[in-house]
Formats: sequence, structure tokens, C-alpha cells
Amino acid sequence: MVEDTIRLTSTVNGGGWTNYMTEFSQTRTVVLTNTAGLHLRAANLFVQLAVTFESKVEVIKDNQCVDGKSIMNLLMLGAVNGSELQIVATGSDAEQALNALSELVAKKFYEDDQEQP
Amino acid sequence: MKFADFIASPAIKADIDADTKEGVIREMVDALTAAGKVAVEESESIVKAILKREELGSTGIGRGVAVPHTKHPSVQKLVGTVAVSDAGVDFNSLDGEKVQLFFLLISPPDRPGDHLRALENISRQLRDDTFCRFLKQAKTSEDIQQLLEEADNNHFAT
Repeated sequence: MVEDTIRLTSTVNGGGWTNYMTEFSQTRTVVLTNTAGLHLRAANLFVQLAVTFESKVEVIKDNQCVDGKSIMNLLMLGAVNGSELQIVATGSDAEQALNALSELVAKKFYEDDQEQP
Repeated sequence: MKFADFIASPAIKADIDADTKEGVIREMVDALTAAGKVAVEESESIVKAILKREELGSTGIGRGVAVPHTKHPSVQKLVGTVAVSDAGVDFNSLDGEKVQLFFLLISPPDRPGDHLRALENISRQLRDDTFCRFLKQAKTSEDIQQLLEEADNNHFAT
């Protein structure tokens, strides 16, 4: 189920081709298994964890891609239980970010089944 | 989901008096009670449940916005209301800023999807700076209602 894809992203700086920076983008697909889905508190935990990494973090659901370090952005996904999300991390610690964030999702945001919304 | 699907227009408050978290929540639940959306005998229990949820972490999500909420078995469908505070209220927001815009939501325990769709709508619309600013400047509940209608008609962010 866990499938990583690595994409090479080239960013051209200063409009020239001589000076460009190359970054790795890594993507991991996760499924929301907690009953309440990506509600406010779950989104907050995700952001709190995401901001500890230097990498840019984005989350994709269907065709919508949002900033994984913004609660309001994550809430815009309206991701219910069973939703498939792709987490995309770009930067030096992308792998660690994906490991930590996918674990948070897999552990159902540490909620029990009687959680508040 | 549109605002019209869950915001009780008669319970909208443009000029909330309360200056504490508990006061705001109480005033908004009272407004829903007066509008007949919440049973009188359940209102205290709803206020307590919302305050208990706040203890788990503030629903002040930044940009001067808070979304106090709870599940409650006394409601059959998602109900909510909007309030605006001119001065702003200390809500222990995640970004430390005072809150001026409040969206209070009460949902049936078995409908997590509706709650998420309401949050989706609120966060999507509030992304639009103009909508956010107009709401904060609204002087009457009619102004707010009109802004919500315009948002429902995709006048702002889509």
C-alpha cells in the first residue's frame, strides 16, 4: 500500500540555465482510517508535525493540492474517513517528514474511537 | 456544502458583547436556542461540551477565526451560527491573535462527514481576504447574511 515515488524537480534560478538547484520531491499515499477524518484537531497535529521539518509539505486529495503546514488549507480538503491522500515532501529531510507524517495518519492521529470531532 | 445548509440566519450576531471565550460560546448557543435550533433544556449541556472540546486545544485556527464546535445527541442535523466581535476576543488561538470571526457548529454524533464538509466550506471561503475583511467589518446580521449568500453563490473564493 505504501508506495513512494521520487520526482526530480529542477528550479531555474535567476532566469539562467547555468545556475539551477535540484531538489527531490517524494510522494507517499496514505488512507485516513480514523472515524472523524481530517478534522480540526487532526489537521492541527499534522501541521505541528509538518512544521518541524525543513521540507515543503503538500497534501493532495483528488485534484486538490494544499499546503500541509496550514490548518485552514488542510481543512479545505474535507477529507473523510477512507479518503486517500498523497503527501508530497520536497527538501533535504523529505524522507523523514514522510515517515513521520504517514505514521501519524496510520496511528489515527492518536485518537480513540470515542473522539470528539 | 453551503453556508445556507447549516447557518441559522436568525442566530447570526454582528455585534457580540462577550469578551471571553466562554461568554462568546454562551452567547452563540443562546442565539441558536432563541432561534429554535437548540432545545432550551439542552443549551447548558451544549455549552459545556463545546468548552470541554476547547480544553483539548483551541479552535482558534488563525487569521482571527475560531470554529468552536461539538457533537451533541440533541441535534438531528448540523446546525451553526456566525458571530463577529469588533474588538476581538482572546481565544487562546493557535497563532496567539485575538479572534473576531466565530463559526459555531453543533453536529449529530453519527455525522462526521457533515462536520468536515462545513469546515471545508468555512476554510475555503475564508481564504479569500475580501470575504474575511467584509465579515469583520459587518455591522448588522443582515450584512453577514448577505455576505454568506454571496459566498454561497461563489462570489468569493471557489
